[in-house]
Amino acid sequence: MADGSTLAMPAASAPAGSLQRFARRRSTIAFLMTLPLILVIFGLVAWPAGYAMYLATLNRRMTEFIGLGNFEILLDSETFRMVIFQSVFFAVTAVILKALIGFWLAHMLHHIPTKGQRKWRGMLLVPWVIPPALSTLGWWWMYEPSYSSLNWLLAIFAVPPVPWLGEPWWARISVIIVNVWYGAPFFMIMYLAALKSVPEQLYEAAAIDGATSWQRLRYVTLPMMRNIISITVLFSLIVTFANYDIVRVLTNGGPRDLTHVFASYAFQVGILAGNIPRGAAVSLFMFPILAVIAFFVLRGINKRNREEA
Amino acid sequence: MSTTTAAAAHPRGIFHKAGSLRAERRWALVTAYISLVIAAIIMLAPPVYMFLTSIKTSAEIADLSGNPWWVRDPTLENYTALIFNPMFRGFFWNSVKVTLLVVALTMAISILAAFALGRMRFWGSQWLATGVFLTYLVPDTLLFIPLYQIVGGLGLLDSTWGLVLVYPTLTVPFCTWIMIGYFASIPKELDEAALIDGANWMQMLTRIFIPVALPGIIAATIFAFTVSWAAFVYPTAFITSPAEMPMTIGVVSQLIRGDTFAWGQLMAGALLAALPPVIVYAFLMDYYIAGLTAGATKG
Amino acid sequence: MAQVSLRRVVKAYEGGVQAVKGIDLEIADHEFVVLVGPSGCGKSTTLRMIAGLEEITSGDIAIGGTVVNDIPPRDRDIAMVFQNYALYPHMSVFDNMAFGLTLRKFPKEEIKRRVDNAARILDITPLLDRKPKALSGGQRQRVAMGRAIVRDPKVFLFDEPLSNLDAKLRVQMRTEIKKVHQTVKTTTVYVTHDQVEAMTLADRVVVMNHGVIEQVGPPQELYHRPATRFVAGFIGSPAMNFIPARVENGSGALRLNLPNGIVLPVPEERTSRYAQAAGKEVLFGIRPEHLTEPKNLDRSNIAVFELTPEVIEPMGMETLVHLWLQGAEVCSRIDPTTPAEPGRPMPVAADLNHMHLIDPETGRVL
Repeated sequence: MADGSTLAMPAASAPAGSLQRFARRRSTIAFLMTLPLILVIFGLVAWPAGYAMYLATLNRRMTEFIGLGNFEILLDSETFRMVIFQSVFFAVTAVILKALIGFWLAHMLHHIPTKGQRKWRGMLLVPWVIPPALSTLGWWWMYEPSYSSLNWLLAIFAVPPVPWLGEPWWARISVIIVNVWYGAPFFMIMYLAALKSVPEQLYEAAAIDGATSWQRLRYVTLPMMRNIISITVLFSLIVTFANYDIVRVLTNGGPRDLTHVFASYAFQVGILAGNIPRGAAVSLFMFPILAVIAFFVLRGINKRNREEA
Repeated sequence: MSTTTAAAAHPRGIFHKAGSLRAERRWALVTAYISLVIAAIIMLAPPVYMFLTSIKTSAEIADLSGNPWWVRDPTLENYTALIFNPMFRGFFWNSVKVTLLVVALTMAISILAAFALGRMRFWGSQWLATGVFLTYLVPDTLLFIPLYQIVGGLGLLDSTWGLVLVYPTLTVPFCTWIMIGYFASIPKELDEAALIDGANWMQMLTRIFIPVALPGIIAATIFAFTVSWAAFVYPTAFITSPAEMPMTIGVVSQLIRGDTFAWGQLMAGALLAALPPVIVYAFLMDYYIAGLTAGATKG
Repeated sequence: MAQVSLRRVVKAYEGGVQAVKGIDLEIADHEFVVLVGPSGCGKSTTLRMIAGLEEITSGDIAIGGTVVNDIPPRDRDIAMVFQNYALYPHMSVFDNMAFGLTLRKFPKEEIKRRVDNAARILDITPLLDRKPKALSGGQRQRVAMGRAIVRDPKVFLFDEPLSNLDAKLRVQMRTEIKKVHQTVKTTTVYVTHDQVEAMTLADRVVVMNHGVIEQVGPPQELYHRPATRFVAGFIGSPAMNFIPARVENGSGALRLNLPNGIVLPVPEERTSRYAQAAGKEVLFGIRPEHLTEPKNLDRSNIAVFELTPEVIEPMGMETLVHLWLQGAEVCSRIDPTTPAEPGRPMPVAADLNHMHLIDPETGRVL
C-alpha cells in the first residue's frame, strides 16, 4: 500500500483474476501442509488395509489367487469358530464391566469434595498409564499357579485355589479381569468429564421439581451424558475387540488355543506360523464389526456437534 | 444445594424438624469414600505387588511359606542387575530413539495438518478431517500383517527404523484430531486480528496458534509419547533380534526364558520400562487427562 | 489522505443470498462514520469487506484513492477493533500492541515510542506488562484500541467494540473512543447495532437494513428528518409511534383522521408537502417526546386529545406512558409530576411541528 499506486477504479471485470489466484495460493499452501498427513493416512493405513484384502485372497506361498478360500477354511475350523466366540465374549463382557465400574467410580468421585478429587483421580488412573503389556506381566505373576498371591489372599477367606490360567473358563475370566482393571479408569475419566459438564442448575431445578437422587440420575445425568457414554462405549468396543497385548502376555492363546482372540490368532497364524494370507484373513474378520461400530461413533459425534452448534 | 434444607434448618418453634437431609448426605459421602478406597486398592495392587516382588531376592520369592505381599529382606539387586545389563540398556535406548523421533514427527505432521484443516478451508478438507477420525478407529491389530509385508519389502524388518515408519499410524490420527479441536476453540477473530496486523500463514501458526494452543500441544505430545512408548503389536511382529528391541517387547520376550523365571528381575524390568510414562503422568497429570478426554469432548 | 469509497459493493454468498446489495458510500478523511442497523443488515459484512476479511463479490472499495479489492488485509494499512477484543492471550499488553509493528520490522525504539504514546493516550501505561487475562473488560477494550492506534493506520475499523461491556462501562468507553478520535483524527468506520452509540459518536450515521443503505446523514438530520419508516423507527428511544391515519382534504386545509375519532389539523406550512397524500391511508409518525402532557399550548400546531393509559413506567426524570389507541400502542413521555393512572383517560398534547407522514406502501417519509 505504501507504494502509493493511485490507480483509477478499473473496469468491474478486472479484479476477479487475482482474487482467484489468492484463493488458489491459499489452497496450495494448505494442501502442502496436509500432505504429510495424507501420506500417513493413505500410505500407512488405507493402502495397507486394501493390501490386506488382496493378501487374504492368496494361497500360503502367495503365488496363487484362491478367492475366499482362506475365509472358508477359517470358518470350517473349530479353533477359529472358538476365536470368534471368544473375541465377542471378551469384548462385550469387558466393555460392559468397564462401563459400569467406570460410571460408578466417576459418580463416587463426583460426589466427594472437589479438593480431594484430583488426588483420587490421580491414583485411580494409574492402571491406564502403565503400558498394558507390562502391567499384564504383573498380573501374570499374580496368577502364577504355584506362587499366586491372589490365591494366597483367597486362602485367607478359605477360598480354594483358583486355576487362573490353567483352565479355559478361568483363563477367559482372567483376561477379562486384566482388561477391566486396565480400561475402567479410562471410562471413569471420560464420565467424570461428562458429569462435570452437566450444569449444576439442572440438578437444582430437578431437586426443586421434586426429583429423588435416582430420578436425577435417570432424567438429568444419563440423558445429558448419553452421547459421551455411547461414544466411549463404542470406542472401547473397538479397542477391546482388537486387543492383543493382554492375551499375548497372559495366555498366548492357551490352554489348547482356547483363549485366542482375533488379534492373537492372526499373529499366531500370520507371523509365527508364517501363513501371511491366512493371518490377514483372520484380522479382516474384525473389519465389518469395526466398520459398523465406527459408523455409529461417527454418527454420535456428528449428532453432538450439531447439538452444540 | 440448600433448597431442601430450609425446613430442617428453620429455628422457629412452630416448624417441626422434617427430613434427614444431613444424614442422607453423610451416608452418600461414606459410600463414595468406601467405593474409592476399595477401587484404589484394586487399581494399585498389581503395580505395588510388582514392586514388592522386584525388591525380593530369588530365594524369598521361591519361599512359599511367607506372606507374598510382604518383603522380609529388601534388595536392589534385581534393579542393579538390569541397569548393568547392556542388553537391557539397549532396549531403553531403542525406546528412547523411536519414541523421540515418532513424537517429533507426529507433532510436526499433526500441527501443520490440523492448522490447514481447521483454518484454511480448502477443497476436500472436510472429508479429510473425517478420514483422520476414521483412521484413528482402525486398530493396529488390523494393519500389522499387511504392514509386515510392506515394511519387509522396504527391508526395514527387524529394525527400529521400521518402527519409526509405522508408529505414526498409532499417533498421528488422534493427535491431528485433538489439535483440530484445540485450534477450533481459538476464536476466529484472533486470526483476523493477526491477518490485519500483517501476519502471513506461517507467522499466524508459529506466533499465535502454537503458543495459544500450547496446552493442547502438550496434551497431544504426551499422548504420542505414551502410545509410542507402550506400543506392543508392531515391535512384537517386526522385531526379532534383541539389539533392535524397544523396552516393552524386550522385557516381555527376553526376560522370560526357560521354565525358571527370574520373577524379581522380570518385575523390576517391567517397572523400569513403565517408568517414563508414569513419570510424565505424575508431573503432567492435568495435561494427560485433558488429552484423554479431548478426543470425545473436543472437535 | 485516507478517504474510503465504496462503489456498488455487493456481497453474495453461495446460493445467491446477498448480504450487501450494492452500496455506495464516500467517507471523507478524518471522518467518523457509524454503520448502524439491526443484526443481519450487512453492516458487519461491509466493514469486513473494507478490512479485507471478506472478499467482495462485485463493486470496488478504495482506501486513500487506491482500489483495495485485491489487496490482502495486511497491506491495506487499516487497524481493526473486534467485539471480543481478539487480544492475543499469550502476549503481554505491550506485545499485543507491538505485534503489528514487530511483524512489519519496525526498529525497537520506534515500537517502544509508539506503544508508550498510545498507552499514555489510553491511560493504560501501568498495564503494559500484564496478560489480557488479568485485565477487566474495559481495560481489554483500551488495549484493543491501543493496538489499533500504534499502527497509525489510514483507517480505524470498529466492529461492535462495546457490545461485550456492561451498560455503565459502555457509556464511559463511548466517550473514550470519541476523545481518542478527536486526538488522533484517523478516519474511522464504526459498526454498531445500538442507535445511541451511533448518534453520540458519529459525524455521519449510515443506517442499513437488509443489505442496503436506508439513509446517510449527521445524527441530528437522521433524528429530525428520517427518510424512511425504518430510519424513523430505528433512531430514537423509545421508538417513534406509528399510528394508522387517513389524510382528509377539508376546505383548503388538510386533516388527519386517527382511530378513536381523533382528528388532527395538519400544520399550514406542511399543506403543500402532504397535498399529494390527501384521501390516502398513511402512517402518522410522532416521537414519544412530542406526545406529552398538555404544555406550551400557546404555541401553534399543538393538538390536545384524550387517551387511556395502559401501563405507566416511571423513569425518574420522566415517565413513559403506554396508551392504547385501537390496535396501536402509543408511547408518550410526560413530566413525572403529571398525574397518570392506568385505566383513567388523560389529555395528551401532540406537537405537530414534529409530525411525520409515511406512505405505508413504499415506507418513505413524505
